[in-house]
Amino acid sequence: MSLPTKGRQALIAGLVAGGLALSACSAGSLGTSSTAASGGAAGVTITYLVDNSDQAVKPAQSLVDAFNATNSGVTVKLETRAQGTDGDNVVKTKLATGDMAEVFAYNSGSLMAALDPAKNLVPLTNESFMSNVQDAFKSSVTSGSDVYGVPMGGATGGGILYNKKVFAQLGLSVPKTWDEFMANNAKIKAAGIDPVIQTYGDTWTSQLFVLADFANVTSAQPDWAEKYTAGQAKYVDQPALTSFERLEEVHKAGYMNKDFASAKNSQGLQKLVKGTGAQYPMLTFVIGAYSAMSDTAKDDIGFFAQPGDDAAQNKLTSWSPGGVYIPTTATGDKLEGAKKFLAFIASTAGCDAQTKGLTPSGPYMVKGCTLPAGLPAAVNDLQKYYTDGNLSPALEFLSPIKGPNLEKITVEVGSGITSAADGAKRYDEDVKKQAQQLGLPGW
Amino acid sequence: MSSTTSSRDGSRVSLAKPPRASAEHVDATYPLWFHIPAGVIYIVLFIVPTIFSFYFAFTRWTLFKSTFIGFDNFVLFFSEPGLIGSLRNTLVYGFITSAAKVVLGMLLAVVLSAPIIARGYLRSVTFFPVLVSAVGVGITFQVLLDPFNGIVNKLISSVTGADGPGWLTDPDIALLSVAGIDVWKGLGLATLIYIAGIAAIPNEYFEAARVDGANSWQMFRHIILPLSFPATSTVIILSLIGGLRSFDLIWTTTQGGPGFASDVIASVIYKQYQAGFYGLSTAGNVILFVVVTAIIYPLSRWLNSKETVL
Repeated sequence: MSLPTKGRQALIAGLVAGGLALSACSAGSLGTSSTAASGGAAGVTITYLVDNSDQAVKPAQSLVDAFNATNSGVTVKLETRAQGTDGDNVVKTKLATGDMAEVFAYNSGSLMAALDPAKNLVPLTNESFMSNVQDAFKSSVTSGSDVYGVPMGGATGGGILYNKKVFAQLGLSVPKTWDEFMANNAKIKAAGIDPVIQTYGDTWTSQLFVLADFANVTSAQPDWAEKYTAGQAKYVDQPALTSFERLEEVHKAGYMNKDFASAKNSQGLQKLVKGTGAQYPMLTFVIGAYSAMSDTAKDDIGFFAQPGDDAAQNKLTSWSPGGVYIPTTATGDKLEGAKKFLAFIASTAGCDAQTKGLTPSGPYMVKGCTLPAGLPAAVNDLQKYYTDGNLSPALEFLSPIKGPNLEKITVEVGSGITSAADGAKRYDEDVKKQAQQLGLPGW
Repeated sequence: MSSTTSSRDGSRVSLAKPPRASAEHVDATYPLWFHIPAGVIYIVLFIVPTIFSFYFAFTRWTLFKSTFIGFDNFVLFFSEPGLIGSLRNTLVYGFITSAAKVVLGMLLAVVLSAPIIARGYLRSVTFFPVLVSAVGVGITFQVLLDPFNGIVNKLISSVTGADGPGWLTDPDIALLSVAGIDVWKGLGLATLIYIAGIAAIPNEYFEAARVDGANSWQMFRHIILPLSFPATSTVIILSLIGGLRSFDLIWTTTQGGPGFASDVIASVIYKQYQAGFYGLSTAGNVILFVVVTAIIYPLSRWLNSKETVL
């Protein structure tokens, strides 16, 4: 995804892919059936490549087992690869050398665009199973006029996690506008609690104020992403500059925790759970991580989208799950087999198989799929934005350009090393390099 | 120890007067085919990629294709404030670590060459950090130097009552902190080279000086300092090269941060490669090569010309 750095990307990729996998606990019970289940047909064997994080492997395994148990003729074998930058390189190298597995999981959005899909991936635009996939996801695996993948795992929201107990104690309500948010912060600070948790020890976490503000940018200017891709809209200009200014504003007001420069993501979550910090701009894939930190964390922590200028326009910035793709090197029977497997992934049976392994941290993007009951409060808060259709995809799913240095720049702005305007200018230069590398017109 | 180094120093000295005779001697001893396997490996794995990298520095390339863009990568590299900052950081880092290693290494070596108690043990202790992997050192110091939970700042705040500095998180001192860690880690090697250099000084000089009534300072100033010059030049060259291309320590402690405050050329190159800016990072490598060569080559020539034969 994009979020952050590649390491994080891998992690997140894994998690997103893993979202799928949430059902892992029962994977073992299904695990032995893979070869025995093909019902006697001679069949083909295809390989499914995922990254080696637990969150990716567990759901993938239960998916593979469920598929092998129900379909005759095609047997899927699971294979794993490294995560992170190494994983990115493995995928790119395998594609370049024609050595790729018949089916593989990888990020959607700008990272997928970097795989040169027109050359390396099999278009799925006309496959019948694509009608099960939500349009919001399709846009994040589309390159040119073709759609290339099906979703693996649940969607992730970017916004602000907050401690409900602190809010209740201080009599605060969930802010719908930035002014309300800052007014809340003043009260929280007066109560001796850190209003906003920042954790620049894990640099990728510094980007959230900018990335999760994107829904507000599109509200202000609906065609911003298009113009940005064409090199016409810049971060130094409004409305996008506001995203950087908000980060600067929070720092200048002294609303951050004292150890923001060195704290890590897990320490930030701990502060949130303990209530020494009230709000943490984050992606919802961390829900599983903080839920494990205390018995009540699951119910104590809520979620809201990053507030903008207009309460009526308050929308969620949403990250699509990773995709599952077929490389052009898969042909004949293997291609048919791979398509059958993708059809299974894009079905309610596929979602259910994933849910068995791992608790989903966000809604599936396959039509008709549902989430189990008893999920953490933040997942329900998140779900509400999807049910209401109150969301915008994150920028990286609307544009192939994501400058790699954003997290460094947001650390600088968030630490007061540079101003919002200078940071935005620097990021524009970073983005330019990425656009040139991708060979986009207009740069 | 001293015998190995004196031969080492000997060969350095002989570089000043090119050893023609020994080169011919080697040619005569080994037939051509004896050189071929090593030569092929060297050409295929080093020379060819080096030549390719010079070409690719002028292109924007991916794993799938490349476009020739002339000097654009270099123009971009030099027009960006972040990249120029990294060049400056590289030089600061290289010269600070090199100078500190020369001065401290010399002092430690003088102490450890004197007849003191537990000399062998102390020498080993000094050398020990060199043996630890840079990544391990980096991660350890990241923990030790944590601004609030690290042992260093806990000590400082328990003595002074105030919060200690953010060693690795304050943009003004992060680079210097890493340079300090580098000196701690690399000092042992500098000391070892100096110990060998001092041990190689013939005893007659000291005896003669003593007869003339020289005190310890005079012996240090007029015997050890000039006659251990081969060791000094070795330490300068090695630590400067190491400092200019330093990456592992910086990456494991600050990742070039906070922001870009401790970025050096090598970490910038790494990040660009990671980001997929292959052409730009190749150009960065060429620049690093040129910078290191432009500094080291004349310096090495100059240092060699100053060496005296013992």
